[in-house]
Amino acid sequence: MTGQRRLRIMVAKPGLDGHDRGARIVARAFRDAGFEVIYSGLHQTPEQVVAGAIQEDVDLLGLSSLAGAHLYLFSRIIEILTDKGAGDIAVIGGGIFPQDDVPRLKGMGVREIFGPGSKLENIVEWVSANIKPRE
Amino acid sequence: MTNVTDRIIAGDVRAAARLIRDIDDGMPEARQALKDLYPHTGKAYIVGVTGAPGVGKSTLVDRFIQHLRAQGKTVGVLAVDPTSPFTGGAILGDRVRMQRHATDEGVFIRSMATRGHFGGLTPSTRSVINVLDAMGKDVILVETVGVGQDEVDIVRTAHTTIIVLIPGMGDDVQAIKAGILEVGDLFVINKADRDGADKTAHELRQMLEMQSPDSEKGDWRAPILKTDALSDKGIDEVLNAIEEHRAYLTQNGGKQLEAHMAKKMRIELLDLVKQRVIEDFLMGLEQSAEFGSIVEDMVAKKLDPYTACDMIINKRLKS
Repeated sequence: MTGQRRLRIMVAKPGLDGHDRGARIVARAFRDAGFEVIYSGLHQTPEQVVAGAIQEDVDLLGLSSLAGAHLYLFSRIIEILTDKGAGDIAVIGGGIFPQDDVPRLKGMGVREIFGPGSKLENIVEWVSANIKPRE
Repeated sequence: MTNVTDRIIAGDVRAAARLIRDIDDGMPEARQALKDLYPHTGKAYIVGVTGAPGVGKSTLVDRFIQHLRAQGKTVGVLAVDPTSPFTGGAILGDRVRMQRHATDEGVFIRSMATRGHFGGLTPSTRSVINVLDAMGKDVILVETVGVGQDEVDIVRTAHTTIIVLIPGMGDDVQAIKAGILEVGDLFVINKADRDGADKTAHELRQMLEMQSPDSEKGDWRAPILKTDALSDKGIDEVLNAIEEHRAYLTQNGGKQLEAHMAKKMRIELLDLVKQRVIEDFLMGLEQSAEFGSIVEDMVAKKLDPYTACDMIINKRLKS
């Protein structure tokens, strides 16, 4: 019997940000690329996002933020992931971020940032090239 | 006993989540862990929730979690959604309705994709139930994909199967069809705040009474209940009905339950063997040069598919 790993991704909306059109479109693009996508729904606390990602055993956590609270929310999520021994779940971010925040986000461990105008095929390409199902 | 097994029995979420992944991905090493965990299973009560897309299965499951937790019971949830037959990808959306329970340590929710399997569940579902059972969950809720008429794997998996309908569904012609209506241990008409709930309940009752007696179900008479899951109405009544069905299965020394389990285990074993036989048999077949040349012969009309099939099977069985 030979197993076959499938990439599992959680697309999450942390914080009080009600705009999820982008997150849903990216989720669809991931589905169409053959990945299994779990969508968190709106208004998630960092704790809820991490608990969901761990229960679902995802390889990648895609965080969407358009409301400006990304520095706090993303760093808190990465902190809880590490605390829970799930630091091997990769984190990427999508949404609206001031240019100056991009290096800060990457510095705290966000692997890649996709801002406005990012092409779906580029996001999918980046994921396919950089994220492998964890063994 | 492996370390993973100990961790799962102690309720380690990460270890359980990982093993479930290995089971779902068909990793051979998962088999040993399942063997080790098996003696720790058999305590959980398994409830199946099935019905057409959009009837409110996930919202009902969310309410069941809420009310079961209020009773102090721990809950495992498996929510199955379809895999795209075109891309192999899936959006697993049931979790959105239940995500508020994510941080409750007495709840474990897992979404799974059908990955090409028909029947409303995934080939791995029964094994994954065993993991949640060994973790010590008191009740395991299994939500199937939105099913139509003959996706009835769930009956061979759950102790109690709930069929969810909404007002306006299940008119006489639909309800007389074989399949889903034959398998319900209890029926829930959700969104009962809408017009026509009583009429649907009445029609359903008539259909159920017309059915010939079923030895498997014995003299259990499937109740029909009304809920409005969004407004949290009628949920305790459903949970009570599940308890009544459980009491029915376990009465008289549990003869009904024993018969149910025997049937379930026959099918579980048969499915496992089938899966392994198919995997072993088909391994590498499609990529083999021989397979390619047979297809070429078929394209050239030198060979019919029936003879080709005989050839492949005879050859593989000999080797």
